[in-house]
Parts: sequence; structure tokens; C-alpha cells
Amino acid sequence: MSKVRLLVGTRKGAFVLTSDGKRESWQVDGPYFGGWEMYHLKGSPLDPDRIYASQSNGWFGQLVQRSDDGGKTWTAVGNDFAYQGDVGTHMWYDGSSRPWEFTRIWHLEPSPDEPDTVFAGAQDAALFRSTDGGTTWHEMTGLRRHATGPAWQPGAGGLCLHTVLLRPGAPEWMAVAISAAGVFRSDDGGESWRPANNGLRSEGVLPDPDAYEGHCVHKLALHKAFPDVLFMQKHWDIMRSDDGGGTWREVSGNLPSDFGFAIDVHAHEPETVYVVPIKSDSEHYPPEGKLRVYRSRSGGDEWEPLTEGLPQADCYVDVLRDAMSVDSLDPCGVYFGTTGGQVYASSDAGDSWSAAVRDLPPVLSVEAQTLP
Amino acid sequence: MTVVRARLPTQLRDLAGVGGEVELEIVGAVTLASVLETLEAQFPVLKGTIRDRATGKRRAFIRFFVGEVDLSNASPDAALPDGVARGQEALVVVGAMAGG
Repeated sequence: MSKVRLLVGTRKGAFVLTSDGKRESWQVDGPYFGGWEMYHLKGSPLDPDRIYASQSNGWFGQLVQRSDDGGKTWTAVGNDFAYQGDVGTHMWYDGSSRPWEFTRIWHLEPSPDEPDTVFAGAQDAALFRSTDGGTTWHEMTGLRRHATGPAWQPGAGGLCLHTVLLRPGAPEWMAVAISAAGVFRSDDGGESWRPANNGLRSEGVLPDPDAYEGHCVHKLALHKAFPDVLFMQKHWDIMRSDDGGGTWREVSGNLPSDFGFAIDVHAHEPETVYVVPIKSDSEHYPPEGKLRVYRSRSGGDEWEPLTEGLPQADCYVDVLRDAMSVDSLDPCGVYFGTTGGQVYASSDAGDSWSAAVRDLPPVLSVEAQTLP
Repeated sequence: MTVVRARLPTQLRDLAGVGGEVELEIVGAVTLASVLETLEAQFPVLKGTIRDRATGKRRAFIRFFVGEVDLSNASPDAALPDGVARGQEALVVVGAMAGG
């Protein structure tokens, strides 16, 4: 019988949750790296027992850990994330220019084609690649040196590259999202990049709401079988692109709030999308104190609240951008973690939910792995 | 060659897989730089955790003490107190109190 493994990064360590295919009860292992901020853990699509983890804190900086046995044991690999060449500047909050400075890795994306290749999204925004299992890292300089780079400004959480989208069998195509520069796309394997923000509007946030870049994109998601269809949780607005990010249109529809962080797509239904509405950018909790996942089965515009098993009163947690994931079982499992330390699991595509674990440190990321 | 004792904060001891103090064999002058270079050579996982990889600059929330003397802002190339070279005192690496 298949199994599911959840890789959970929190403010104070990493946890590995496992369940059989029923996904009713969960074994919780950890904390691993207790006391460290674990921004993201992700397994290789080619070898699910190979897992990469981003480990950092303000005292001791950034490390990357790798497990080759499904998270039982870990080895620190490379942590030399050096910006290449002339570092240059980006724009600071007050409009001044500030040299790029490495803070942490937000996101690790193992290649779907090369078992030893993994990409890392950094703050300050840059993309790094390792082709030796994380031992050495090299900046893909074409992104940070894009002509718009000096104008990139950080979002409230920093100038972070938090999303890396890849297509199996098409290594020339890549897309990344940066808060608050927007989406950038490459068609030559990351050598050169171009903004992919046409159709985004950020009224009240940008002087020019239709700006070429500068949008605070919170997360992107796609269905592997239809990689030209991208979904976006922007700071405000749920957006959709049908041409791989060439143009975007808003599909927020009837959501109670279109602010939020997390977004994901059903493993088998490419038009079924999940978001967790958050009240506003100053109130990082669900509207009305009700924790609701919203599901659209029409690729956006029409959304239904999913509430069974989720707290519907006095709930004021947040769900962060990398804290939602789906498995590939049938029915599709959907998972998300909260800043209150709960990891909620649904084994029926969101119809009902239960807490896989309830009292972890604030959850930063959740990644589901479907195991044979 | 001089044997120097160094004491690390808990999180770095965990990373390095050591308990208590570590002993480092220093060739040449016993300075902050030579001790840290030896420490990082012996425990490569610590590279970048105490000082910046590129510049060698101390990370902002790291402090260095010998006894009650704060050497955090001393020159990395200055000789450490004699007690360190004689093995009587340890170089203490501290993660400054911050956060909650």
C-alpha cells in the first residue's frame, strides 16, 4: 500500500510525518535541527528518499542538509552561496540603493530530470544551482543581473526568491517568483530571464499598478500535465495564466478575501485549485476567525469553502506561502500547516480535514511525498 | 604546534557532533584567525556559521570571549591571551542573547 510522507519545516526545527495510504493516523518524527528555522524541505521527484532541507537562523546563518534515507539521517552539504561578480544594488524599502546581501534560502527545488541537480531560491533574491547534490552551489547570474534588478524592492518578509517552477523533460523552461519583484521566466535553462507579469495589477501598492515588474507575488502553482496553466496567489488577487506566464487574468471570483499566501493544484484535476484566504496584509489571519480552504473546480472564479474538520470560530492563524501541498494518491490528499503549529490533512481532496499534528512550532513549509 | 581549547555554543556543537570543548592543534601564532581556521578545517560544517565565508567577518550575533575579556572586536590577527596558548583558558564562542 502506498504511503505519504509530509516534510514539515517550522520556526524551531523540522518534522517528518508519515501515514499509510488511508492517511488517517500520522507518525510524527522530529524535531530535526531543533532550534533552527527550517524554511523548506523537499524531496527529489526521482528519488524520494533524497531530501534537501534549508536550515538557518540569525546567529549562525545558512546550512543545507541532505538526507539519502528519507529523513532518518542527515548530512550538512554546501552552504557557500556567493553572489557572483559585481554584486550591484537593489532598492531598499526607503528607495535607496542597497548592495545585495545573502540572508537565507527560502526554497529548494530538486530537478525532475537530474538526480543530483537542485535549485535554491535565496534572500536577497537570487537563484543558485547545484549539480552535485548540494555540495557546491553556483549562482545563475542572469536573473539577478536582469536590467530591472536595481529596481527590485523587498516585500515585508525580505527580497526573497520563494518559488521555482520546473517542467519534467523541459529543462530549458523555468519560472521563479520574487517578493516583491514578480514573476520571471527563462526559456534557455536559466541563462536569461524576462519578467512575466503582464496582466498583474497592484493598485494601492505600486505607483503604476500595471508595472512591468515590482508585483508582490506570493506563490505560483501548476499541474505537471498542463504546465502552461499557472496559478498565482498574489499579495492581493488570485491570478491565472494559460500561456506559461505570458499574460495573467484575475480569477479571485467570490472569495471572501483574495489576500493570502498558499496556493496549490489538485494532483489529478488540473482545474481544481486550493487557496486559504487571509483577511488582509495587516491582519494575517482568516476572515471572521474561520479557517477555510477554498476550492475551485473550474480553474478559478467560482470558489467553495471547505470547512469540515477545520476550526470555524476564534481561529487567528496564518498559512504561509510554502505551507500547502498535495499528494498524488486517489483521492488526492491536500495538506497545509499553520502558524499555530497545526498540520491539517485531507484524504478526500479537501472535503474533510483533520489535524495530523496539532502543536508544532509555527509551520513555514509543508511538502507531501507519495511513496510506493 | 600549540593545542588550544575552544568552547562552542550548543547549536554549533550539535552541528559539529562534539560535546564539551574541542582541542585544536594550531601551527604558528595563536590568533583568533588561526584558531577559527583550524576549527573550520577540522569541522567543515562550521564554515560560514561563525564568520562570513567570503570576508572572514564575524557574524553579527557571535561573540568571542577568553575568561571575562570580550575579544569580539579585537583584530583577528592579534595574539590571543597567553592563557589560551598555554591551554589554561578556552576561547569561548558565544551566540549572543537575542530574540525570545
